[in-house]
Amino acid sequence: MSETIWIIPLIPLLSSVTLMLFGSRFKVSQIGALGVGSVGMAALLTLLLAAEFMQNQQVIQLSLWTWMEVAGFAPGISFYFDGLTLVMMSVITGVGFLIHLFSTEFMEKDPSYARYFAYLNMFVAAMLVLVMADNLLLLYLGWEGVGVCSYLLVGFWYQHNANGHAARKAFMVTRIGDTAMALGLLLLFTELGTLDIQTMVGEANQTWQVGDTVPLAACLLLVCGAVGKSAQLPLHTWLPDAMAGPTPVSALIHAATMVTAGVYLIARTHGLFLLAPTAMTVVAVIGITTSLMAAFTALMQTDIKRILAYSTISQIGYMFLALGVGAWSAGIFHLMTHAFFKALLFLGSGAIIHCLHHEHNIFKMGGLRTRMPVTFWSFMIGSAALAALPMTSGFFSKDQILLQAYQLSDIGPGLWMAGLLGALLTAIYSFRLVFVVFFGKANTEPDKDTGWRMAVPLSVLCFLAMVGGWFMIPVTEVFPVGDGSHPAHWVEYVSISVPIFGVLIAYLIFYSGRLKIDGLANSGLGKSLGQFWLSGWGIDWLYDRLFVRPYYGLANLLKGEPVDAIYGLIVALNQTFNHWLSVAQSGRMRWYLASMVAGLILVITLAANLSEGVL
Amino acid sequence: MLEIVLFYIAATVALVATVMAMTRANAIHALIYLIVSLLAVAVIFFLIGAPFAAALEIVIYAGAIMVLFVFVIMMLNLGEKGDKQERQWLQPSIWAGPAILSIVLLIELVMVISQTSGPVSVTAVSAKEVGLSLFGPYVLAVEIASMLLLAGLVGSFHLGRRYLDRDNLEKKGGQ
Amino acid sequence: MDGLNIPLNHILLVSSLLFSIGMLGLMIRRNIIFILMSLEVMLNAAALAFVAAGAHWGQPDGQVVFMLILTVAAAEVAVGLGLVLQVQKRFKTLDMDRANRMQG
Repeated sequence: MSETIWIIPLIPLLSSVTLMLFGSRFKVSQIGALGVGSVGMAALLTLLLAAEFMQNQQVIQLSLWTWMEVAGFAPGISFYFDGLTLVMMSVITGVGFLIHLFSTEFMEKDPSYARYFAYLNMFVAAMLVLVMADNLLLLYLGWEGVGVCSYLLVGFWYQHNANGHAARKAFMVTRIGDTAMALGLLLLFTELGTLDIQTMVGEANQTWQVGDTVPLAACLLLVCGAVGKSAQLPLHTWLPDAMAGPTPVSALIHAATMVTAGVYLIARTHGLFLLAPTAMTVVAVIGITTSLMAAFTALMQTDIKRILAYSTISQIGYMFLALGVGAWSAGIFHLMTHAFFKALLFLGSGAIIHCLHHEHNIFKMGGLRTRMPVTFWSFMIGSAALAALPMTSGFFSKDQILLQAYQLSDIGPGLWMAGLLGALLTAIYSFRLVFVVFFGKANTEPDKDTGWRMAVPLSVLCFLAMVGGWFMIPVTEVFPVGDGSHPAHWVEYVSISVPIFGVLIAYLIFYSGRLKIDGLANSGLGKSLGQFWLSGWGIDWLYDRLFVRPYYGLANLLKGEPVDAIYGLIVALNQTFNHWLSVAQSGRMRWYLASMVAGLILVITLAANLSEGVL
Repeated sequence: MLEIVLFYIAATVALVATVMAMTRANAIHALIYLIVSLLAVAVIFFLIGAPFAAALEIVIYAGAIMVLFVFVIMMLNLGEKGDKQERQWLQPSIWAGPAILSIVLLIELVMVISQTSGPVSVTAVSAKEVGLSLFGPYVLAVEIASMLLLAGLVGSFHLGRRYLDRDNLEKKGGQ
Repeated sequence: MDGLNIPLNHILLVSSLLFSIGMLGLMIRRNIIFILMSLEVMLNAAALAFVAAGAHWGQPDGQVVFMLILTVAAAEVAVGLGLVLQVQKRFKTLDMDRANRMQG
């Protein structure tokens, strides 16, 4: 098995190419079988690999061939497999398989069925390359590959202008981060002479001291890339718009896998980050700020997918917080559990949207508890996990993060408090969603219930979201182990009770109506604050003013080619002189004569003046 | 004393005749005035002691060249229509600008000339002396002049023949 | 006889006047025949200046140059009048300004 792990990304890639070339000739059932089957096969192989790894704990390094060789720079097409890779691969292929299965029903009526699965399979392949890459350049290949697939899938329904716009925005905003990341790679290569991750980290530890400038710069550049991909402040604006794509795409790419690539990148290069404590602090601060900002915004949204999108941003903020405080395994653990419950929530929302004539507004739903029982229970479990209620998967991972954050010296308790606030908000907005959508008065009648291809993935993900917290992720070999100390018990109790308190608030406001907030919401301050949160803290507006409009203004200015105008002036002058001179060349004999006489007068005058002494 | 008086009379005649020649509308009239002007200049030549030049002036200039003009004018046969056209072309607006230029040039020439002084020698330079220097130091110039005349001959023959040939051809076609 | 001779600059003055008049005619006339006549006047004026200068020094050179000018004038008139015939033939006019386009 260890020699053949390259087959795992190859299968979805082949399937994707097949669908791209011959997809139009296949029947719908064949397309579905190929698309789902390939990822299923990859999932099965990953499972076998996992079983083998659990037995012998063997790290696999597999070099297929040298990609290119230029002046000592020889990145290989080579794979590296350890516990961290295994976790990521399991999430990608496992959750990916469930989402593919769900898609077969969700996209059944779509005319571009084959294109959809071609993109989705391609995405899985690229993501697998990303996590399996042995060197940063191959990782970057996968990184860009998933970016392209994300672009293609966000703009999948390209007939609508807004979708194309959202796709371009997603692509360009992440491109900013990717550029910084490419610079980081260049810096690392110039300084260390290799991009091979394991060698590089070893070299770095020998070359640099903790707190040196160069690793700090490199780490910050990598963080920029991660921030772009993982939709953290200040490059998070693309993710809510990316919800323009089909809902299973949002589940797979924009919740479970691609957006967590930034977390994976930082975790993978944690050896570098340990040399730059400042960069880690930056990561933690970015994480907690993003988390709170997104949580506040999610409170005010009414579009079911945008709520989940902001929730995703917020949860990835927690992962960044974990990475920033050095709780590597907790961050990856949260990545995994988040993949389970957020995929579950997205697929649940997909089921609702599918059955409710593409309705996105939660206030036009309501009362779906009895009509869509499977979806209701999925949402209940997913929201419980998201809110980190005790015994769910989200509880274990988030608890670990918060406790480890608390133990950090200096800013630790501050981060912990902010994290708690975020957790409270998370509980409120997730259960606001549940209460508004599934309880109360029915506003829209579903025209159908979910079929088995939707129900099965939902059920499996429900199970995973519940018990995912009991998994022991095999990353102890990968990351440095903490000191294992625990903070005081009251910290744990507070961490546990805060989400429950949040659910209670949501219950009082949105279900029983015991807690009246209308007065508060309609007051001047409340209204403007709500508006501010609804617009995502005005960051889109700010970017529009700061970057988009000046750029448009500059483009408009340059459209008139002001530099060319200078040369145009020279041309115009020449033409004018030419015109003047060509007037003289009229072919009129008498005009020539007059000119000659004038010249003669001039010559005689000059000659007389010059030879005055002679005369 | 007589010579000086004669010179001024001849100069006046030359100038007046030239002005008349330049302003006539009828080509033949202008030509007659031009001949008068050339004859007056020949008189001046004789007065300043260049009888050979005076003779050449009369024979070649006033004789041969002017006869050439007469022939051409007769061939063109311009008539009354041509006179009208000429009068129309001689508007003050047309000659005002050139007149200013000419006057400026004249003033300059006069200023240059005024710096010279002294009389013209009365000693006549005979034809023999001229002939000696022509075929002595200036023999190359004579050769060049002969080449020039040859070129003029060939050129006028060429231009004139085509003119005549075409006329003849048209006449033949008409018959 | 000394002191009663014709002053050189008076002859040159006549020559200049003739030259200016010829030049003026050259510029104001549009008829090619008159243009040729004006050229004759100018050449003649130049010849007068040469002969006068030659007489001033008592040398034959002035008359030699006069003869050369005569040659030039004869050749020029011969070719010029040939051209006049061609112009009249082709343009049906003697107006110089009408013949201001080059072939090709």
